Amino acid sequence: MTEREKIFARIREALTVQAPLPGHHGETGHRPASNGAPSAHAREWLPPTGDSFEDQLARFRANAADLKATFYLANNRDELAKLLLELRDVEGWKKVASHGGELTDAACKTLALPVCRTDQPFDASELEACDAGITECDALVAQTGSVLVTNRSAGGRALSVLPPHHVVIARRDQLLRDLPAAFELLKKKYAANYPSMISFITGPSRTGDIERILVLGAHGPKKLTIFCV
Amino acid sequence: MTVTLFIPCFVDLMYPRVAISIVEIFEKLGHKIEYPEELTCCGQPAFNSGYWPEAREVALPVLQRLKNAEAVVIASGSCGAMIKVFYPQLFAGTEHEKAAKELSAKCYEFSDFLVTKLGVTDLGARFPHKVTFHDGCHGLRELGNKKPARDLLAKVRDLELTEMRDAETCCGFGGTFAAKFPMISTAMGEVKCASATETGAEYIVSNDSSCLMHVQGLIDKEGRKLKTIHLAEVLTSK
Amino acid sequence: MSSPSQQFTEQAEVLTHDLRHRDIVQTALRKYEVVRDKSRGAFQDYRSARQAAAETKWEAVNHLDKYLEQLTKNLEARGTKVHWATTGEQAREIILGIIREKKARSIVKSKAMTSEEIHLNHALEHEGFEVVESDLGEFIVQLRKEAPYHIVFPAMHLTRGDIKELFNRELKSTSSDNPEELTMVARRVLRQKYIHADIGFTGANFAIAETGMVSITENEGNARLTAALPKTMITLLGIEKVLPRLEDLALFLPLLATSGTGQALTCYNTMYGGPRQPGETDGPEEWHVVLLDNRRTELLADPEQRDALHCIRCGACLNVCPIFRNVGGHTYGTTYSGPIGSVITPHLRGLQDWKHLSFSSSLCGACSETCPVKIDLAHHLLQNRRNASEQKPSFWWQTGFRMFSFIFNRPALYKLIGPLGRIGQKLHPLVKGTKLDPAYSWTKTREAPKIAPQTFKEYWRNRS
Repeated sequence: MTEREKIFARIREALTVQAPLPGHHGETGHRPASNGAPSAHAREWLPPTGDSFEDQLARFRANAADLKATFYLANNRDELAKLLLELRDVEGWKKVASHGGELTDAACKTLALPVCRTDQPFDASELEACDAGITECDALVAQTGSVLVTNRSAGGRALSVLPPHHVVIARRDQLLRDLPAAFELLKKKYAANYPSMISFITGPSRTGDIERILVLGAHGPKKLTIFCV
Repeated sequence: MTVTLFIPCFVDLMYPRVAISIVEIFEKLGHKIEYPEELTCCGQPAFNSGYWPEAREVALPVLQRLKNAEAVVIASGSCGAMIKVFYPQLFAGTEHEKAAKELSAKCYEFSDFLVTKLGVTDLGARFPHKVTFHDGCHGLRELGNKKPARDLLAKVRDLELTEMRDAETCCGFGGTFAAKFPMISTAMGEVKCASATETGAEYIVSNDSSCLMHVQGLIDKEGRKLKTIHLAEVLTSK
Repeated sequence: MSSPSQQFTEQAEVLTHDLRHRDIVQTALRKYEVVRDKSRGAFQDYRSARQAAAETKWEAVNHLDKYLEQLTKNLEARGTKVHWATTGEQAREIILGIIREKKARSIVKSKAMTSEEIHLNHALEHEGFEVVESDLGEFIVQLRKEAPYHIVFPAMHLTRGDIKELFNRELKSTSSDNPEELTMVARRVLRQKYIHADIGFTGANFAIAETGMVSITENEGNARLTAALPKTMITLLGIEKVLPRLEDLALFLPLLATSGTGQALTCYNTMYGGPRQPGETDGPEEWHVVLLDNRRTELLADPEQRDALHCIRCGACLNVCPIFRNVGGHTYGTTYSGPIGSVITPHLRGLQDWKHLSFSSSLCGACSETCPVKIDLAHHLLQNRRNASEQKPSFWWQTGFRMFSFIFNRPALYKLIGPLGRIGQKLHPLVKGTKLDPAYSWTKTREAPKIAPQTFKEYWRNRS
């Protein structure tokens, strides 16, 4: 018998005796199966988001500010280009990293800086030395102020986390109300073949490991800038 | 209504004023008091120490004597939790399981009975002091009683209630725990006394004499100015 | 060597008198309480969320065979290698085997309590490998050659001054005690480790059966980097970590954050579904997932306490536990401290050796009240006490309780307690506070209560 078989045998043996239901200590039995997944109603319990685009945008903006991320809403591509150039100059970027994509290609062109592309073989030390990592995303989540990325949508696993500044460019129609909506999107978009990494990025990297005092940029980016156009 | 009183052993022996106050309150409200004198202890010390057969020996007479009562009022949240919550567990799988569940349904901690069952909050009391309230953990979490005691204190004339920091944190008594791990129990009690002192209160009021026994023991040893008093005694003050 | 129980008592004696320690822990946890309450308050219906989480975990744990099969099948379909370990030793051998096969030298780790459970670092270092903990708190305690103090806040017991001294000594840094500066010292040291490490090692918070994924929750980005740069990735997780569906995370990620650190959501919540896939340009070439039993199936076999396997290791029960707050994490001598540790350690490491942890509780129930998946923790402590006493009763305690019930069930004998107690009380000052005092464990720090001049029973008899 392999270890796997032994473990399964112990599990099946253990489960021949029923356990009390959760939250009803003492009563034994099966949870009624007809209700579907217990988490199916999560939307009704999680923090509220509002129904309109404006409500959700306001929620995202407020969450981003709380998280110490910077959020810009650009009215059109020209305005976005202007904002990007301002950021480049203020931060003094010399070299950026990015991946191929409609929005990122345009951004790189605007910035007119040397670019390290991570959607082709790259050297981690070179990426580490870039001033910013510019990515697209799968969605923005109003409820939590999160950016949803996958290694497919955002240039791999390292780009959004190795350079000291992560810049995200999203389209307006990528703003989702809440986490359940984000998981619905993932299923719809990828169920046949999921990317090997899916990540909710909620603010710049942080730690509270020293006296519970917030410090940004523990290992990942110190700065997170989100452009929505 | 006939109110059957369960007076825990330590209240009987050390804090009879608490029980006398409870009797006064119910009599004043016009209820008949029944006190089964032969009952002493609910069996919690043995139960909490893991000696369930020994606990059942003490608990069984209590269960059998109280099961025909109309309503049982228990002068401690901790012993109240023992009878109401833990008897059904202690007697689970025995011939007394059903009786334990039935008794559970008609057991009340004293303040809960007054407010929830009888709908009484104003007993005409006056207590011109600044106080803070300590929730005994069993009353608070096993029985879910937080509001009744505060509703009662709100109607006491000239009483000023200030909640302490970490009001819901345990005082460190915990029965045999206090003797098995005295250093931890004492440290917890010190934190509690410090929180109470911070409020500037003269009295710590509680509906559990076992917590107050622990806290008063520390206060006396440390020579703090605080005093402790049971809720029932506050409610009979003029 | 002294027993775990003696060690616990000795350490508790020291820590409960250490007012600096008490202050550090209280200050840190009060900060946690403020944000936790804010995040809980933001839920539209926290109670229902918590109940649904408990039911989801119940479903997963009570159909563990089904979901583990599904998880394995889906992981393997994407090229992930799945390994099974009954014991910690087997898990260590599997991991060492992979590292040797890869001819690896250096390993960068993100936080994994399961690796503490199997004493992995010790085994790796013993074999001559370089192991670096990358989570800042874990990095700090690793430099101090200590176990993590807390499952979520590993370095909670240290001040910035302590950490400054540590970094100056061990890393030759010249940083001040500013937390930001200290964090940047660690950042600089660890960045190079990620880039040059051969193996990235992680734990896991959840495993998703439906899609064959492992979900990792963190704030620093260290797990993200660990899973991005090294060529080989190894993930160790307990078999109980499985959740049925991907969308269950919509509930569990915010609940874990709220209970764990008080955040609405932690900074990075990442789901890994395999090693680098065709067309992907980074990520590990190989991914090994090691599923660990280590007596979890024994806990599973106890239906009364099976719900302890619902635990998502958020640490909320530690944070509210007044015992933990006074004795601190190291005193327990276990991988998992606080209430959940006191409940499961007797199952994982032997009831008689670890039962003292279940007795070391005032049974206040704050743990059960705060648990986001509704584990009946306080009652499980009572059940461990019962099981321990049934299995191996103490002669003195049992005799004591038998005498107690003999007296308390006989009104005529009970009636004597008042008068005899009053006499005893008169004699008590002769021995009070000395080792001869039968109530010494009480009177050392507390005045003893007095038997009343008239008991209630005496009053009642006189009255009627």
